[in-house]
Amino acid sequence: MSPSPGHDVILKLEDISKVYAGTVAVKHANFEVRKGAVNVLVGENGAGKSTLMKIIAGVERPTAGRILLDGNEVSFSSSGDAVSRGIGMVFQELNLFGNLSVAENIFATRELTNAFRKIDHREQERRAAEFLEQLEAGIRPDMLVEDLRIGQQQLVEIAKAVSLDARILIMDEPTSALSAAEVEILFKVIADLKARGVAIVYISHRLEELIRIGDYITVLRDGRITGQEEMKNVDTQWIVRQMIGSDAKDFAKADGHQPGEEVFRAEEICLPRVTGGLAVDHVSLSLRAGEILGIYGLMGAGRSELFDCIMGRHGQASGKIFIGGNQVRERDTTRRIQRGLALIPEDRQREGLVSILSVASNLTLASLSRFVSLFHIRGGAERQAVTQMVRELAIKVADPAQEVSSLSGGNQQKVVIGKALLTGPKVLLMDEPSRGIDVGAKADVFRTMRKLSRDGLGILFATSDLDEVMALSDRIAVMSNGKLTGMFDRAEATEAAIVAASALGHGPAHGESR
Amino acid sequence: MTDIPAKAAAPSASSGSVLLTLMKLRTFIALIAVLVFFSIAAPNFLSAANLILMAKHVALNAFLAMGMTFVIITGGIDLSVGSIVGLCGMVAGYLVLNGIDLQIGYTVYFNVVEIALITLAVGILIGAVNGLLITKLNVAPFIATLGTLYVARGFALLSSDGRTFPNLVGKPELGTTGFGYLGAGKLLGLPVSIWILVVVALCAAYLARYTPLGRHIFAVGGNERAARISGVRVNMVKMFVYMFSGFCAAIVGLIISSELMASHPATGESFELNAIAAAVLGGTSMSGGRGTIGGTIVGAFVIGILSDGLVMMGVSSFWQMVIKGLVIIVAVVVDQAQRRLQSRVTLMQMAKVG
Repeated sequence: MSPSPGHDVILKLEDISKVYAGTVAVKHANFEVRKGAVNVLVGENGAGKSTLMKIIAGVERPTAGRILLDGNEVSFSSSGDAVSRGIGMVFQELNLFGNLSVAENIFATRELTNAFRKIDHREQERRAAEFLEQLEAGIRPDMLVEDLRIGQQQLVEIAKAVSLDARILIMDEPTSALSAAEVEILFKVIADLKARGVAIVYISHRLEELIRIGDYITVLRDGRITGQEEMKNVDTQWIVRQMIGSDAKDFAKADGHQPGEEVFRAEEICLPRVTGGLAVDHVSLSLRAGEILGIYGLMGAGRSELFDCIMGRHGQASGKIFIGGNQVRERDTTRRIQRGLALIPEDRQREGLVSILSVASNLTLASLSRFVSLFHIRGGAERQAVTQMVRELAIKVADPAQEVSSLSGGNQQKVVIGKALLTGPKVLLMDEPSRGIDVGAKADVFRTMRKLSRDGLGILFATSDLDEVMALSDRIAVMSNGKLTGMFDRAEATEAAIVAASALGHGPAHGESR
Repeated sequence: MTDIPAKAAAPSASSGSVLLTLMKLRTFIALIAVLVFFSIAAPNFLSAANLILMAKHVALNAFLAMGMTFVIITGGIDLSVGSIVGLCGMVAGYLVLNGIDLQIGYTVYFNVVEIALITLAVGILIGAVNGLLITKLNVAPFIATLGTLYVARGFALLSSDGRTFPNLVGKPELGTTGFGYLGAGKLLGLPVSIWILVVVALCAAYLARYTPLGRHIFAVGGNERAARISGVRVNMVKMFVYMFSGFCAAIVGLIISSELMASHPATGESFELNAIAAAVLGGTSMSGGRGTIGGTIVGAFVIGILSDGLVMMGVSSFWQMVIKGLVIIVAVVVDQAQRRLQSRVTLMQMAKVG
């Protein structure tokens, strides 16, 4: 590619690799950041974007490779180190102190002090007000951060990064919580920074957004860089092609069994968002026995929220659900599980497992009533069920009395699946069932899904992995911005069509203004 | 993937696992240590009369500590138990002396069994108030039970204007006699209060181990979100533990006023701290999810024997406090060391299994 004049390379990553225990997050990546330009980075979830950015921001250190800043090799020992060399970052997860004021947040760890080492609040608030002025957000510097809307908090995070006076500014999904108007303001700020020669690294899932403000684009897939171009030379198709690629994963083959009767139906499920608007927007779908329905969507598309609604975890959700044609009127999770629904949550540690209990106790936690006579847990029956489930799911554990936290991620995931299966569900909701587990365990999980569907279970599974949804689903539903934006049979589904549907309603022209 | 033979998990006893076993048994070791020490240092310590007297002292704290253990396992705390002891004692005393005046010229008197049941109901009710504050109104357990601590103590003082209800022998013609049986009665040579402790402790231990409710208590303390998603009725579990704690406190209130044959409104002040100490000494984790009834009972005995033994040796009560505090701190330090060692041993096992 032939860069435009004035866009000198300020930061260069050479052959960077990052290995975590067991998994390689970034493989031999070469990445250039140009001055006075917006350098866009895209990729699916788990492609390694965030890891790469954390390496630049000094949060993580690369396992191998070199970082060149202005042509000199550098190594950052901490994020403070990177900040002192002019690299700032807007994190995807908000890193703010809710209990402190906006000004205190902006100047956290580099407080302005007077001669007696006392914090000069007045000066901090005056300076903070200047940055906030640029963002036209109507945020007063003395407000507490926890009183702000999420979008406003994101703006504070941005103001904080801008106030660093950085030469390189990394923005990891800065628009994910912003309204359409706020996005426009952010773009103005970015244009302003560009004019001042700041190099911006911009990560987002919203393709239209990238094409609009990007100057250079880099695509990551599975930790590798698969494409690097000037933005004016590319179009959406090119980006999608680079993002998806075509590598073989070990998916269990379909066995060609025919799905049966309808086992589950959801009608007009709605869930209001705290910040206004709907997190789940009138979603209706139906599922047949023995069918695997994949729900594809990008982060924040409302997949997990839909599952939460179906499980009765949100009191304010509306809509109807039916199991085997009968309406489920029970509103609490406990009784919905009894009706035959079971959820495998996305976040194993926080929602899936009680990590200090044993493997056995975790497996039977949701189904204890099966082993109870009167009020006594029959130990023999429980042990038998545990042993059987351990064997069926090939859970690698020496002794089921072991604490579940001592297992590997893949085996922990199998415990969560086993727990759901022991409740004897008719419908299984799986939220990102293959996240954070190794290849072998993934294959096991997929095989289990196939087997369960053959046994007549209806499976709804949410994923943001395109290969996965294409390979495993009998039908594919696509969600975007809380809405169901596409429903494809396997035969007619194409990757491009799915990606296009998953980006619907993401443009700044729509956003929250609806 | 194949099943790993179970014996792979039991590596030959290394020095690490011996140390680990010692640490796990630390409360027992402490109990034996205090017993041995005082039987040498304090004359008459091992006499039957003294042992029974000490057991009676310990029982009071052990009741409270059992209720506290369940509460702490769910990740909460119950500061109100001392006040519930006081209030329940006053309720019992009031009913024995005055009955309930119906305001229409009649006064209803209850017999002792009825009085005991009403008193227990009052304790459970205050526990239910704690539970409702915590589950429905989302008040932090520390604050909610701190509030009921003051309210219950205030009502106890109001009930008699701060005076003691003396001489609770009751009147034969009203059928209110026999209140002293709980505190002074004996069954097969052991005080009634000890028998009650045995029964309640066995029930609580059974509940913790062999019932769904017990399993759910641990699950809620270990990971409330995961428990909720697994269909555990988290709010009901929490209601139960605070009500059980109130029930235990009411038993103590009954026993104390029965032993003294009088109810004093300040009874039970700072009992909650002893109960927490016993639970912690017995291996209950303040962050929730870990603890056993057996451990708590042993913990209560260590604390009780320590203070009684020191009294018998004539150690000043100021020094007693210092010693008690040090024992608790050492117990928690050893507990943390055990956790670290445990996770190291587990990791080594995992490495061996591959």
